[in-house]
Amino acid sequence: MSKMHVKLTVNGKEVEGLAEPRTLLIHFLREDLKITGPHIGCETSHCGACTVDIDGKSVKSCTTFVAQVNGADITTVEGLTNDDGSLGVLQEMFREHHGLQCGFCTPGMITRAHRLLQENPNPTEEEIRFGMAGNLCRCTGYQNIVKAISASAEMLNAQKEAAE
Amino acid sequence: MIPAGFEYHRPGDIASAIGILQEHGDEARVIAGGHSLIPMMKLRMAEMGHLVDLQAIDELKGVEVGADTVKLGSMVTQHELITHDGLATAIPLIREAALQIADPQVRYMGTVGGNVANGDPGNDMPGLMQCLNATFELSGPDGNRSVAARDFYEAAYFTARGDEEILTRISIPVPGSGVRQAYEKQKRKIGDYATAAAAVMVGNGTASVAMTNLADTPVWSVSASSALAGGDVEGCVSEMLDAIDPVADNRGPVEFKKHVAAVMLRRAIDRAQSRAG
Ligand code: FES
Ligand code: FES
Repeated sequence: MSKMHVKLTVNGKEVEGLAEPRTLLIHFLREDLKITGPHIGCETSHCGACTVDIDGKSVKSCTTFVAQVNGADITTVEGLTNDDGSLGVLQEMFREHHGLQCGFCTPGMITRAHRLLQENPNPTEEEIRFGMAGNLCRCTGYQNIVKAISASAEMLNAQKEAAE
Repeated sequence: MIPAGFEYHRPGDIASAIGILQEHGDEARVIAGGHSLIPMMKLRMAEMGHLVDLQAIDELKGVEVGADTVKLGSMVTQHELITHDGLATAIPLIREAALQIADPQVRYMGTVGGNVANGDPGNDMPGLMQCLNATFELSGPDGNRSVAARDFYEAAYFTARGDEEILTRISIPVPGSGVRQAYEKQKRKIGDYATAAAAVMVGNGTASVAMTNLADTPVWSVSASSALAGGDVEGCVSEMLDAIDPVADNRGPVEFKKHVAAVMLRRAIDRAQSRAG
């Protein structure tokens, strides 16, 4: 099969490459672009470790062809740091509240939580659990992940208020 | 987990999409959100030479809420169904059911058209659309036609849609204001298909009940619906248990599925009837 010319914006930078249309986005990100934040957990749409943000949607990049996202704007966990490269709020709160142990699920968790807080800046615990239901963690028991996301919501809201 | 190769197409209107389907016949398939099709392609249970992506076709998008009819473009995602407040006011059953489909990531991509057109008995929207008495609009080489959701499903993965037709829009009559609704689904875990699910509308002397994943098509039962319209809940449940035809699989043996079907249906009826409206 012939390759197609792919053009994307990833974490604010325009990138281009050649890929077969059947290439899964997760493979294109990790192997061609060397963006290895998004992980491959199950490769079968179950675990959410491969979650990236595509045009404002949380998407499992193992279940997306690169052809489908040609022209899209993509954010991975690497794009969620502060401008100076220090940890962003969600990343910092996951560290602070021990929202990870092995860290394998974390890039997907943080990327998904980012979109959740964009859509719902004041989620209840139940809303966090419902909104994070597409991400599996085999270490933490989820409790500290929920805490980290609540704490991030508070901090982001406080920052917003301070800025106003 | 790498699917077989294909040529990718992204047409900008319905006519060009149909043209591609006509040109390549059996070799071509449309893709909407892809969250049913791509897993099948990765398992090499689906292979095609040409993949026709419908994402750039604006005619397939949008939710229109009218006084009597709701129209959903086939490319409307589950996420859009959930977040559309006008839709939730007109037909609350749709948001309630969409929230129980898959998981958040899948709902951003999964479309209502893909869910109804795929013909997978596990999908929730077909039973829901039968309960609501929706009509599916199809476009093909010979023009447009409409098929009632209640006549659309022939067998697992076999529907009234022709190979060169595209499901473009779903029209749903807005139920009267006294018609109360509920969707109940039993599943083993988040993201699972239903062991059994029930869609119920009841009120103003009318009723409609449909169930999911209990036969190789969704099951809408005229006799179960009329029993409930007459206020006979137990009659409704027993008519429905006669109409379904579950098979044993990893969700359980037949007896268990019938048991769960009855529980889901009773719960949905109770919940619908207890709602204000
Ligand atoms: S790797 Fe994509 S969902 Fe698990
Ligand atoms: S921290 Fe190990 S899987 Fe979540």
